[in-house]
Amino acid sequence: MKILTGNDLKTGAVIWWTGVGWSLDVNESADVGEHGAALVAREEGAQHVVAAYVVDGGKTAEGIRPAHIKERIRALGPTVRLDLTPKASDPAAADWVI
Amino acid sequence: MVDVQFRFRDDETVNDPAVTVDSFSEQSNATAVRIEPGDDARDLLPYLDRLSLVEVSFPAWTDGRGYSSARILREAGYRGEMRAVGDLVIDMLHHLRRCGFDAFAPEKALNEEDAQSAFDRWENVYQATVVDGRPAIWAKRHPA
Amino acid sequence: MYKYDEYDQQMVDTRVAEFRDQVRRRLAGDLTEDQFKPLRLQNGLYLQLHAYMLRVAVPYGTLNSAQMTLLGDIADKYDRGYGHFTTRQNIQYNWIKLEDTPDILAELAKVEMHAIQTSGNCIRNISSDQYAGAAADEIVDPRPYAELLRQWSSFHPEFLVLPRKFKIAVIASETDRAAMRLHDIGIKMVKNDAGEIGARFYAGGGMGRTPMIAPLIREFVPLDQLITFSEACLRVYNRYGRRDNKYKARIKILVHELGRDEYVRQVEEEFAHLLTQPIEPPLAELERIKAHFVDPGFDANASDDLDLTDPDFRLWVERNTHAHKQAGYVIATVSLKPVGGIPGDATADQIRLMAKLAKDYSFDELRVTHAQNIVFPHVRKADLYTVWQALDEAGLSTANLDTVGDIIACPGLDYCSLANARSIPVAQKISERFGSAQRQAEIGELKLKISGCINACGHHHAGHIGILGVDKKGLENYQLLFGGSEGADTSLAKIIGPGFTEDGVVDAIEKATEVYLANKQGEERFLDTYRRIGMDPFKEAIYG
Repeated sequence: MKILTGNDLKTGAVIWWTGVGWSLDVNESADVGEHGAALVAREEGAQHVVAAYVVDGGKTAEGIRPAHIKERIRALGPTVRLDLTPKASDPAAADWVI
Repeated sequence: MVDVQFRFRDDETVNDPAVTVDSFSEQSNATAVRIEPGDDARDLLPYLDRLSLVEVSFPAWTDGRGYSSARILREAGYRGEMRAVGDLVIDMLHHLRRCGFDAFAPEKALNEEDAQSAFDRWENVYQATVVDGRPAIWAKRHPA
Repeated sequence: MYKYDEYDQQMVDTRVAEFRDQVRRRLAGDLTEDQFKPLRLQNGLYLQLHAYMLRVAVPYGTLNSAQMTLLGDIADKYDRGYGHFTTRQNIQYNWIKLEDTPDILAELAKVEMHAIQTSGNCIRNISSDQYAGAAADEIVDPRPYAELLRQWSSFHPEFLVLPRKFKIAVIASETDRAAMRLHDIGIKMVKNDAGEIGARFYAGGGMGRTPMIAPLIREFVPLDQLITFSEACLRVYNRYGRRDNKYKARIKILVHELGRDEYVRQVEEEFAHLLTQPIEPPLAELERIKAHFVDPGFDANASDDLDLTDPDFRLWVERNTHAHKQAGYVIATVSLKPVGGIPGDATADQIRLMAKLAKDYSFDELRVTHAQNIVFPHVRKADLYTVWQALDEAGLSTANLDTVGDIIACPGLDYCSLANARSIPVAQKISERFGSAQRQAEIGELKLKISGCINACGHHHAGHIGILGVDKKGLENYQLLFGGSEGADTSLAKIIGPGFTEDGVVDAIEKATEVYLANKQGEERFLDTYRRIGMDPFKEAIYG
């Protein structure tokens, strides 16, 4: 699947396109198919998002997993400060990245 | 022809057609020249007397060569209009003036109010560029 | 240290107002991201992997305790309780909101700080020797010259959109602690035969993709021509530096392509012309600045005695302190490299504690080093144990300066949107592997530097051992380089062979230290042994 990520203009937070809006949770990502470029143009133009781009991803038992390590780190947070990530209580969270 | 949106001169606007730097020396009746970023402004030094308009082109505002071109010509004594043309952004207007520009013809008209605040923003400056006639902060700290 | 006058204060206040206006126009949609990006970068605001990142300037690495305290408070109020000290002696925050940034800058301005030109294609924060004003071996304090250059380079109208970023370092000691020749311009203050102080200029050095050591371009620039000569160097670069390819746009490529002699000829020609323009501040301005950098009121009778009965304290004193020019005082370095920690990170509480200790025991002064540590420049030996105890309680007493545990690492793929591989986990594993103080002491000085991509923010080219993280078909891979140095004996590290996994590179480094210890003669450091015996014995042990 193709998923769309970017940063919130005002806060800089990493966000994922859900099909109707933006979420902080990668697992809510929608498959944007061939519409990525058009969505980027529309959403950046509307000042909702900045530096948006499309990446490959896949559905796994644990949820949606971006294909490249860079976006997995975007989705999780710094692997060296798990206390600051969405999986703060999971000591093995960094393994999800690798 | 792009319109001059801001001008800080009292004389009449020059609208002679500008020729390129490499053809200027051969056009003995030309009075206006257009400097592209890659041109050497010093090629014009022998002809300053007959110049009344220098257009310095900024195809992209992030290419800063035009700042040096303008200052070099002013340092050599050029007193005619120095016009910045092209991709001009509000936030650089003040710095362009400091390098000797006194006319501005942006590709897309700039917001008048924001541009005015930008021109007026810096009451003091750290450097003497000489060509803008403003005293540097160090000169104010050590009046002669 | 330098104190703003009304003009300096007005300049930073004006900048805050300007940036506030730029943010307003961005949020109102009057500026597109393409237009805004170069503007925010000139204020140190990046968009990184997880959020906006703000880099705050620490000019020539010097700050007072009120400034340091505020850096801690900002970490709490606007970030997530910590900050990261960088290889350019600055601090950066990783979780900044765009909408908060003007307020942060306004708070910084109140303690004479800013984020001006900490990024973008302009003259960046000027770096210097972290021991300036305290080192026994300096000719003069380099910081007044750095401050003169700071003011000249701030909002210089001709040089705000250079082909690429531009970094200047100023030193004044024989021992180079600032990697001076790996800068776009490196300046070394020297004394000529007549006993006059002047500036020796090097230009065209740098790390990044194409590391180069800057050649000498002028033996001696008199102090009353310092700004004019700098302006000539910059003008030639602004006019002729390449703009067709951002990877070839640094001044090192211009100097390399023109050749050192031709670059020098052009600079000298421009210099001769600029000397006719009254652009040089009077020497009285330099004297005014210098008056801010006089020695603090040292106690002339301070005792040179130091009670070293506590073995942990003794180890720290041996490893982390440096000779001071004043009897009875030392320069003490706080390592921000605890075993298994994140190089250069400090919590808000730690930052405030260091601020308080500086206020009480170091004449209100601190330094940030390019190796991402903090220095108390002037500590009375009589106070040193008290200082150490307070640091120890806060987890800041790691005794590993310049050893294998004192690793320089860029933020890497954990934070940086340009990185190809993570740097921090590698640094953590290495520091854990070599965690025992005894083992570190045995290996001695070993400068290890890690970058997570070829931009080389982790200075891997200048490491005795350098590590470069790359992306190999979606997997992190680490290349190993040996033989770099940033000191007076500057050299560039060479790659030794095929890359490794994260664990593999830690094993390889361990093998390299074994080769060193087996071949070491006398007092040789790792680097000396490597230079004497060459790469082969290391390769054999690592790949054999």
